[in-house]
Amino acid sequence: MFANWPLLSLIIWLPIVAAVPTLLAGDKRPDSARWIALAATVLTFLLSLAILPNFDASSAAMQLQEKHLWISVLNVHYHLGVDGISVALVLLTTFTSVLVIVGAWGSIDEKVSQYMAAMLVLEGLMIGVFCAMDALVFYVFFEGMLIPMFILIGVWGGARRVYATLKFFIYTFFGSIFMLVGLIYLYFKAGSFDLATLAQVGLNAKEQMWLFFAFLIAFAVKVPMWPVHTWLPDAHVEAPTGGSVVLAAIMLKIGGYGFIRFSLPITPDASFEYAWVVIAMSLVAVVYVGYVALVQEDMKKLIAYSSIAHMGFVTLGIFISLALVRSQNNELAARLGMQGAMVQMISHGFISGAMFSCVGVLYDRLHTRMIRDYGGVVNVMPKFATMFVLFAMANCGLPGTSGFVGEFWVILAAFQTNPWIAALAAFTLIIGAAYTLWLVKRVIFGEVGNDKVAKLEDMNGRETFVLASFAAAVLLFGLWPKPLSDLMDAPIAHLVQQILVSKGA
Amino acid sequence: MITPKLILIVIALAPLFGAIVAGLFGSRVGRAGAHSVTIAGVGVSFLLSCYVLYQLATGGWGVFNENLYTWFQVGPLSANVGFLVDRLTAVMMVVVTSVSLLVHVYTIGYMAEDPGYQRFFSYISLFTFSMLMLVMSNNFMQLFFGWEAVGLVSYLLIGFWFKRPSAIFANMKAFIVNRVGDFGFLLGIAAVLYWFGSLDYTQVFNAAPTTLPGKSLELIAGHPWAAATVIGVLLFIGAMGKSAQVPLHVWLPDSMEGPTPISALIHAATMVTAGIFMVARMSPLYELSDAALSFVMVIGATTALFTGLIGIVQNDVKRVVAYSTLSQLGYMTVALGVSAYSAAIFHLMTHAFFKALLFLGAGSVIIAMHHEQDMRHMGGLKKYLPITFATAWIGTLALTGFPGFSGFFSKDAIIEAAHESHRWGSGYAYFCVLVGVFVTALYSFRLIYLTYHGKERFVVEDKHHGHGHDAHHGDAHDDHHGHHEPGHLEHAPHEPGWVVWLPLVLLAIPSIVAGWWIGPMVYGDFFAGAIANVHPAGAEAAHGAHEWHGPLAMLVHGLTAAPFWFAVAGFATATYVYLFNPSIADKAAKAFAPLYRLLQNKYGIDDLYFAIFARGGVGLGRGLWRGGDVAVIDDGIVNGSASLVARVAATVRRVQSGYLYHYAFAMIVGLIVLLGGFWLAAR
Repeated sequence: MFANWPLLSLIIWLPIVAAVPTLLAGDKRPDSARWIALAATVLTFLLSLAILPNFDASSAAMQLQEKHLWISVLNVHYHLGVDGISVALVLLTTFTSVLVIVGAWGSIDEKVSQYMAAMLVLEGLMIGVFCAMDALVFYVFFEGMLIPMFILIGVWGGARRVYATLKFFIYTFFGSIFMLVGLIYLYFKAGSFDLATLAQVGLNAKEQMWLFFAFLIAFAVKVPMWPVHTWLPDAHVEAPTGGSVVLAAIMLKIGGYGFIRFSLPITPDASFEYAWVVIAMSLVAVVYVGYVALVQEDMKKLIAYSSIAHMGFVTLGIFISLALVRSQNNELAARLGMQGAMVQMISHGFISGAMFSCVGVLYDRLHTRMIRDYGGVVNVMPKFATMFVLFAMANCGLPGTSGFVGEFWVILAAFQTNPWIAALAAFTLIIGAAYTLWLVKRVIFGEVGNDKVAKLEDMNGRETFVLASFAAAVLLFGLWPKPLSDLMDAPIAHLVQQILVSKGA
Repeated sequence: MITPKLILIVIALAPLFGAIVAGLFGSRVGRAGAHSVTIAGVGVSFLLSCYVLYQLATGGWGVFNENLYTWFQVGPLSANVGFLVDRLTAVMMVVVTSVSLLVHVYTIGYMAEDPGYQRFFSYISLFTFSMLMLVMSNNFMQLFFGWEAVGLVSYLLIGFWFKRPSAIFANMKAFIVNRVGDFGFLLGIAAVLYWFGSLDYTQVFNAAPTTLPGKSLELIAGHPWAAATVIGVLLFIGAMGKSAQVPLHVWLPDSMEGPTPISALIHAATMVTAGIFMVARMSPLYELSDAALSFVMVIGATTALFTGLIGIVQNDVKRVVAYSTLSQLGYMTVALGVSAYSAAIFHLMTHAFFKALLFLGAGSVIIAMHHEQDMRHMGGLKKYLPITFATAWIGTLALTGFPGFSGFFSKDAIIEAAHESHRWGSGYAYFCVLVGVFVTALYSFRLIYLTYHGKERFVVEDKHHGHGHDAHHGDAHDDHHGHHEPGHLEHAPHEPGWVVWLPLVLLAIPSIVAGWWIGPMVYGDFFAGAIANVHPAGAEAAHGAHEWHGPLAMLVHGLTAAPFWFAVAGFATATYVYLFNPSIADKAAKAFAPLYRLLQNKYGIDDLYFAIFARGGVGLGRGLWRGGDVAVIDDGIVNGSASLVARVAATVRRVQSGYLYHYAFAMIVGLIVLLGGFWLAAR
């Protein structure tokens, strides 16, 4: 079934088109807006699941391709397609989007239709990013995403939302301008924006270097990597819960995705040459940012910093793989590191989404994100506390949760390049546990902190559904990550082959 | 079809099932439902484990090694979940499930009035599952899973009374300190994958003798380390965390904040011995590195002696037993370090029984004393608690190595092995374990005398303090030193119900007799194939096995050997000081005030760690945040460039004055510059 349907276009455009009736429902009929949005995201999720039976995971080829001429004078094609890596990220997006809509059900009361519409547009654009096979199409989706997110933070955000939105927008826009310049240069070299063509085009060392750094700036901001990470804590703090969930769970992944779709295939030699830069930045993220997370007083800021530290494993895994395959010809270890990085992306989606949803549950009740305003929440919200501790453990990378899988393989692969890199990365075991458990201790455990906490009510059915769904994903892929590794093994093996070949001209 | 595989799956999953039912449906199944289902689960595990051990011991089964499912697959490399069950595993399974079963039963009494009753049963069953996954694993990934899962349950249980500030500090401390160990452990696993390309035990162990020799790693340029040493030391760092060896021992005494049943199960009998088990399991790797084993031995010896000394000055009844546990873990580690793996496992087994007995006995005292734990407010309890008293004596005699009791055989085997070893550091190790015998006897009998003998140092009041007995008992857990003046009781202490004393009696039996299996287990070939070098002190002292003439001969020989007389000296000192002449203790404390303070402060290690790692870490974090993120990156670069743009814009804006002649002038200047440029370029 669905074999002849343009599945990818459907899941991209269905939510975007559904945004129109959602918007038309207007602020007078918030429930209609909610139901339309929910129906659209659920349908999109189901359609995205329909990819799986029509998809051959043993092949590294781009599948379910759709190609139409878009701008003939520039030879730009509306060209979509997915491999295992894309499928995993698309499913993460559609899954999370349903939960974001459900989560916003009770916590967004103002301008409901607009909020829901923005979310739907955002969902479609993000899926588009993961399906694009043409660099210009990618770029359009990539930049387009900024707009609904800009609106989400700017309209439904907290007190300093203007500063945060501008910082978020200018930071990321600043980064992507470099990518645009790089893409235009490539276009003049190759006469096309087709990603497969760009990967073939010969580039000398100098060209590769310039392009590599142009891409690095764009994607490093997105991930975000130290030292261009400071927009993230501010954006998270001001964003509404749903915005934070989407930002952490999906949007950050686009940075990691960009590295494997652009930097590695197009500039393999420069990526190898400057891998040490990215590895160093990733290790700083793990250690430095871990310490910074430790002292945060705002729960969202703490989780935001923890996100940066965890995303450090993604970039670390990608670039140590490069070093492994290039200087040691150790393909298997390179695949392990890359798998670790990709699994970490998916897992971090669930865990950070869940952590921000947890903060949302508390924020909806007390309207504060400050750690000191809580304490002893377990006494009044035992169900919530159970979930919170579970996600905290996943955030610490406890085996049995998905948080373990990626970090485990990245550290194991890193040891093969240099034990000291592995040691610095493994430091997350200690510092990650320290900042997460200290948060748990201060918020969840202890005597009831104050009168407001004493009056807290435990999660309602809707909140339980959201967190239980995340919990199911975290445990499933912790106890049995093989489906993920099977899905992504072929494209990763292909990518490793690809970066092995120098294209220096 | 009942296959070995099915039996093993049931053994592992039965406690998990109980944990899920009691945890998720606790309010629906009620208290009785929760304890019934968890006890049934662990009971099934225990019976089947005994069956497995019987089959393996009699040769009915061969070694079971099979994967259950593939956890992760990348190309040819797969990480699996599976079981390796040989005699070593089976012994561990029986130890874990038997102590767990008795602790489950005991908990019915101990936690009777606690509001978190179902939650507690859920946790201890979950622990049993995790521990079984750890010992039954056939690969490093699953080992790490079990390793961290028991850590998680330990965290949850130390902080079980989550309102107590001390408890939620202790559980965080335990988890983080364990994570320091796991840091090394994970790198050790990474090293295994690096050199072997596999995480499967059998593949690694089979390849070890040919793969590791000659391989090395330069952690510091110019200083190559042998591969086996790197692996051995890194993995052992994990064991130092889990089995609380110096300098990662600091979490274990604080873990006493948890309810007593879990102190017995997790923090004495089973989880803390995971490190010992792990090294024994990895013995084919450790045998390849003398340096790693010397490291293990020295750490173990230091732990055995120096933590035991702290036990002498503790007043909290549970803490004395906790320091005793640290010290005994040190003994096991010394045995590992001298390649006497079977002796380590044997002591692990006997220790599990008598230490669980001592902890549960302490728990019985604590219930009877209405959650008073300070021995200075006890004394003379023998007439109130006859069963607890008798079993406590049995446990103490076993711990101190009284000839004939289980601890005598297991500890003597270790001391003998340390004596015969010629490995670097064995002289120090022998000194430590020998003096440790004196120390063990001293703190053990001190505990017995202060608790059960001598004058009663508490007052029984028959009036109420404004709230009933039950009300007090119910929330006593939350502030156990709270409502009452220390040493004042409402009722005379009395022996708790059968659910409490029956486990004591059942643990007392193996505490006495388990040592008589030393023949096959330590000096025989029981563990052949499961662990390398089944004879203590190995090739260096092969005559150890030749001298073996049965337990009775060992008993007779023991009466003339040094350890026995060290124990007697400890016993005599304790008897003189704490039974006959109590004022001496205070005088001694004053006379040796600096030493006393040093022990009271636990050598200052906890304070030092707190200052450096906790305070220092927070300080470093603040510095990096305020200095790096806020000052340099945000204020300096990000907002700085924003304000720079603003300033430039403000300047440039003046150019757009609106006057036509300004623009005309600018155009002329521009044209001249442009033309000049072309002219220069064309020249």
